[in-house]
Amino acid sequence: MYVAVKGGERAIRNAHRRLAERRRGDPAVPELSLEQIREQLGLAVDRAMCEGALYDPRLAALALKQARGDSVEAAFLLRVFRNTLPRFGYSEPLDTGAMAVERRVSGAFKDLPGGQLLGATADYTHRLLDFALEEPQQPAPPGEEPEAEAGSGSEATGLLPRALAQLGEEALIEAPPADEGAPVPDITRDPPLFPAERAQRLQTLARGDEGFLVGLAYSSQRGYGNTHPFVGELRQGRVAVELVPEELGFAVEIGEIEVSELETVNQFTGDAEHAPCFTRGYGLAFGRSERKALAMALLDRSLRAEELGEELGAPAQDQEFVLEHADNILATGFMEHLKLPHHVDFQAERELLRALRRAWEERRSAPEAAE
Amino acid sequence: MTAMDRAAGPRRPGYNYAFLDEATKREIRRKLLKAVAIPGHQVPFSSREMPMPPGWGTGGIQVTASLIGPSDVLKVIDQGSDDTTNAVSIRRFFAETAGVETTSSTRRASIIQTRHRVPETPLSEGQILVFQVPLPEPLRFLEPRESETRKLHALAEYGSAYVSLYEQVARHGRIAQSYDYPVMVGARYLMRPSPIPSFDNPKLDRSPALLLFGAGRERRLYAVPPYTSVESLSFEDRPFRIELPPRRCDLCGATDSFLDEIVADDAGTRIFACSDSEYCGERQRAQGLSVVAP
Repeated sequence: MYVAVKGGERAIRNAHRRLAERRRGDPAVPELSLEQIREQLGLAVDRAMCEGALYDPRLAALALKQARGDSVEAAFLLRVFRNTLPRFGYSEPLDTGAMAVERRVSGAFKDLPGGQLLGATADYTHRLLDFALEEPQQPAPPGEEPEAEAGSGSEATGLLPRALAQLGEEALIEAPPADEGAPVPDITRDPPLFPAERAQRLQTLARGDEGFLVGLAYSSQRGYGNTHPFVGELRQGRVAVELVPEELGFAVEIGEIEVSELETVNQFTGDAEHAPCFTRGYGLAFGRSERKALAMALLDRSLRAEELGEELGAPAQDQEFVLEHADNILATGFMEHLKLPHHVDFQAERELLRALRRAWEERRSAPEAAE
Repeated sequence: MTAMDRAAGPRRPGYNYAFLDEATKREIRRKLLKAVAIPGHQVPFSSREMPMPPGWGTGGIQVTASLIGPSDVLKVIDQGSDDTTNAVSIRRFFAETAGVETTSSTRRASIIQTRHRVPETPLSEGQILVFQVPLPEPLRFLEPRESETRKLHALAEYGSAYVSLYEQVARHGRIAQSYDYPVMVGARYLMRPSPIPSFDNPKLDRSPALLLFGAGRERRLYAVPPYTSVESLSFEDRPFRIELPPRRCDLCGATDSFLDEIVADDAGTRIFACSDSEYCGERQRAQGLSVVAP
């Protein structure tokens, strides 16, 4: 008998075996190592860490390898693994002001204290396929360090003051939210209820799908809830993570992570009581995911529309719309569940449709009796 | 015993019993107690990532994981069948992470996790039926905002649900909802029974078993305690009716079960067979037939 979705156990075993074969590809081609993925596909690793909500480049490389390069599947693998980790505390807030900056640019200021540091960016490359990369490259001979001029991207040694601080001195920009020491909500422990506060929104955006966030942020630039952003500062580099162990009572550094932080400067608010001033949007992403950080900052700002008394109505301003649909693991899970058998419901619909059509035919063939 | 039955075995090393950590299980059990105390009310919970995609039964899986213990006997069905791929996957997950005994027997199971069906064999006291729920909110397609639907539940303001049924009557001459048919629980909360065919709705009413519903992706739990009234929404002049054509199962002859319509060969011959594979198999066995899996 024809049994499309039944006969499960053996079919599943066979599917797993086929998957492993596909993953490996042609065995004559050398197998990828995690080090290769981590070192040479770094942005894919960063994206998997962002959406997987777990900072671990090695495991992210493993997830990418296992997922055959599928970023959503890789993020999913990381999320599930993350869920099995014991949770022994919350870190202190990151001090991104103390970042070892490798890249820092501002679109709002021509120059700024500390300078613009381009770092490793593809922004000004011409997007021409580089056929030289078809063959393995010779490593650059030692001694040819990049020229250490301003803007060329050698890592800054000292601390870089925040670009937006100078606006703050004039009170042209709203003060950054103060840390009042209140407990920070945790979206992985407390179910989201609406309206969500800003911390919950930022947490959701931080693990949200880059593509979805970019699309929504783009919509806000095209008139669906315009927030007139400038890039106040993008900074990228390593920051220390500190934890206060209960038994010590003071903060100890437990490691360093690489992050991209983005602050936008947006148009004004102001009313009878408050002088007009610039507003802020904030984005933070693991690794060098600066596109993600920028989209997040634009959306953070557009989701503040209600708080700032702006006219509402655009999708990018709608908390429930943005936050409930940003998580690509939830979204793909539910969308792809359509592949599961639904034949019971479909059968119920089929019988219903037959009955409706029968009734329709009867009405049609006896129109006078219909009333 | 059938091929589905498997005695309790060793667990997968490196993971906690039934995958979830104990604190999470406790949270889910606490929320379930609240759900039982307020039948039909959706209780938010902080749903965890599971090793299956959200939307594939992670709500039900978390409920089962929070309840299951070494003495439990687990049955998992999807579309009524123990042998559909996702049911196999979930059953194996619990066999590996909780080491429990699994079964296809509705009578023997202490916990039955299901997607889209209620077993044909009547449940009894002490059994727990765990539903996988894709969309818990019965008003969702009438009001997309959670902040609004929660208010509507608080006020028991369910007029729009009746209007939507009335619109079906106006358009098609009858209520045209064949599955996920909304129910009123304990005469207070409007509830989605999950996408079971409306054929199964009457089995929920005053069921001796505890009915638990888990929506992982939407982070909601709800419950119907034993012997609670579960009334399918209807009008005085349009009572709830199961309108299926009279047919019988081509394999076991049952006239009282929900039937799948199956293409049986390449010529397009169709047969009708019980969607509940265990019920069908038992009936075939009782008639001395050699059992054919639907």
